Amino acid sequence: MPILGADMTAGTLVAWRKQPGDAVKRGDIIAEVETDKGLIDVEVFVSGVLEKILVAPGATVPTGAVLAVIREEGEAPGVAPPAAVPAAPPARLRISPTAKRLAEELGVDPATVRGTGPDGAITREDVERAAARPAVAPPAAPLAEADRMARMRQTIGAAMARSKREIPHYYLATTIDMHRAMAWLAEANLRRPVTERLLYGVLLLKAVALALREVPELNAVWRGGQVVRSEAVHLGVALSLRGGGLVAPALHDADRQSLGDLMRSFRDLVQRARTGGLRSSELSDPTITVTSLGDQGVDSVFGIVYPPQVAIVGFGRVAERPWSVDGTIVSRPVVTATLAADHRVSDGHRGSRFLAAVDRLLHEPARL
Amino acid sequence: MIANFAAMDVRPGSMGCPFSLLALDQIVNNAATLRHMSGGQLSVPLVVRMATGGGRQLAAQHSHSLEGWFAHIPGIKVLAPATPADARGLLLAALEDPDPVFVFEHATLYPTEGEVDESAGPAEIGRAAVRREGSAVTLITYGGSLPKALQAADRLAVEGLEAEVIDLRSLRPLDTRAILASVARTHRAVIVDEGWRMCSFAAEVSAQIMEQGFYDLDGPVARVCSAEVPMPYAKHMEDAALPQVATIVATVQERLGRRG
Amino acid sequence: MTRDEVRATVLRVLGDIAPEADLASLKPDVALREQLDLDSMDVLNFVVGLHAALGVEIPEADYPKFATLDGGVEYLTGRHAADARR
Repeated sequence: MPILGADMTAGTLVAWRKQPGDAVKRGDIIAEVETDKGLIDVEVFVSGVLEKILVAPGATVPTGAVLAVIREEGEAPGVAPPAAVPAAPPARLRISPTAKRLAEELGVDPATVRGTGPDGAITREDVERAAARPAVAPPAAPLAEADRMARMRQTIGAAMARSKREIPHYYLATTIDMHRAMAWLAEANLRRPVTERLLYGVLLLKAVALALREVPELNAVWRGGQVVRSEAVHLGVALSLRGGGLVAPALHDADRQSLGDLMRSFRDLVQRARTGGLRSSELSDPTITVTSLGDQGVDSVFGIVYPPQVAIVGFGRVAERPWSVDGTIVSRPVVTATLAADHRVSDGHRGSRFLAAVDRLLHEPARL
Repeated sequence: MIANFAAMDVRPGSMGCPFSLLALDQIVNNAATLRHMSGGQLSVPLVVRMATGGGRQLAAQHSHSLEGWFAHIPGIKVLAPATPADARGLLLAALEDPDPVFVFEHATLYPTEGEVDESAGPAEIGRAAVRREGSAVTLITYGGSLPKALQAADRLAVEGLEAEVIDLRSLRPLDTRAILASVARTHRAVIVDEGWRMCSFAAEVSAQIMEQGFYDLDGPVARVCSAEVPMPYAKHMEDAALPQVATIVATVQERLGRRG
Repeated sequence: MTRDEVRATVLRVLGDIAPEADLASLKPDVALREQLDLDSMDVLNFVVGLHAALGVEIPEADYPKFATLDGGVEYLTGRHAADARR
């Protein structure tokens, strides 16, 4: 069961898309799981043959639990180590005697408890923590919309509280003249069929992705107490869901996609975020988040860094404002770009270099 | 010989623990058994004080901690004072006891100074003492390892881990009830014993917790013992072979999943 | 295509974009974006949906003309008729 968000502890397997004996290759969707982010498509990380399914549809299992065994190409049948999930946990649940007894007393299913003891053993404290949170929905029954909303709100709350508790944020803002970008976009969209039209948000995303090449320390995640910079730019895009709630799935390799490709990826991502079918990798591997409250909204948004990431970029609406050009006040479409970042990883000087790069890139839209 | 003296109520003084091996026949076959074999007609009111333990660069033949061996034998009592008050109180209790009592005094504790109430009577044999209260883990120890365990507890407290420290004082009889009561509060036990780990007294304590306190445990019992080598002479190697404050701290952190 | 048919098509496309909305209570003369909380992606999908349903290509410059339901139906009826004559 992949971890599809900083505070996810368990997921419910809804359906298998492959059956034992089927050949699978890296990137294939192998199963669907239900989480508080909705129905997620789980991808496989290795190519081979699905040898054995270990978790039946309807079962709720903790993150890290082995869902299935895939025999990798060239491997002898039957001896395959569990390969579907990295760092396979032991088959028997590691739970201390007193934690087990406490779980029985409190009516907590140990299989849904995440262990924090040595080697991931479940301790008394873990059981107490699990008992304090609302019970996981019964297996198989899809979450009622209201329940999912409540759980999503809780998940967002937990992640944001953790961020505010652990991450020393610093905040920067700059206002960017968008007249060239908007003019270029209007021009470009005249030539594009309606299905290929670009939103200005895609220019912002591409500018962020390219600016990260210049300030790569912002494109990183904490892993095991260390900051690991990412070569690839996987932009987490904060998307509000109709009816409430928020997800921030990744636009993979945003810096290497053309604007047209990026727009297609973006539309596809928004569509799937709202109707279900996000992929496990999209939820687990964003390297930075971009949030925009859209063109109906406010002038600026200061984000909260989403752990384990180290930075979040915010955009307000593009609005006409008085702007000084060569000593004359003119009306220009401007947008306020903000950066909230982890001071353990970068400082305001580098952060301002990043926002300056975004500004510069948006002045040359044709090169995005 | 010793047993014969004792049977005549002549109480000899102290010896180094390693030399006691020369008298094992008298201790095990005579002193420990005479009350039993005489049907209660003879008692051996023997008190033997022994300097035990390492840490003084006396190398492989003069650094033993063999109190665990003696505690194996029914018929004798084994005491291990760790404070000046206990050195007096437990010795008084030993002298009043009608049966053989072996008092293991860790040699590094001899310079320890402390207030002793001269009017205090004999201490109670078979009663452990809680030297420090805590809720995160129980450190169970005795004799020369008590000061190390208390220092380790101080260091752990800096990290917010309050360790309870139990001084066993008497290895045989053993105050199992005190051990279990503490583990029931803290749910974790680390035993600090200068004996070699294999077949150590710590192994006995661990087994008792497992047998009687299993459902209170929130993790496996851990032992901090001496390395499985004859005690080295070189200072740095001797230090490495003996339980140290740092190893106790690290073991507790590891057991609480606080490392890394 | 009659005005009513166009209106029905517009409502169906809106229903795909905002499935939770109660379209029956939509005020015909108040901005759709405010009533339905549409973002720019929703507006784009609306335009793409209308294109698929009616075969009408709406340039960006004309977006303000269908800010309200009434305005949109008016605009699209006219456009549809014009395209049909061509």
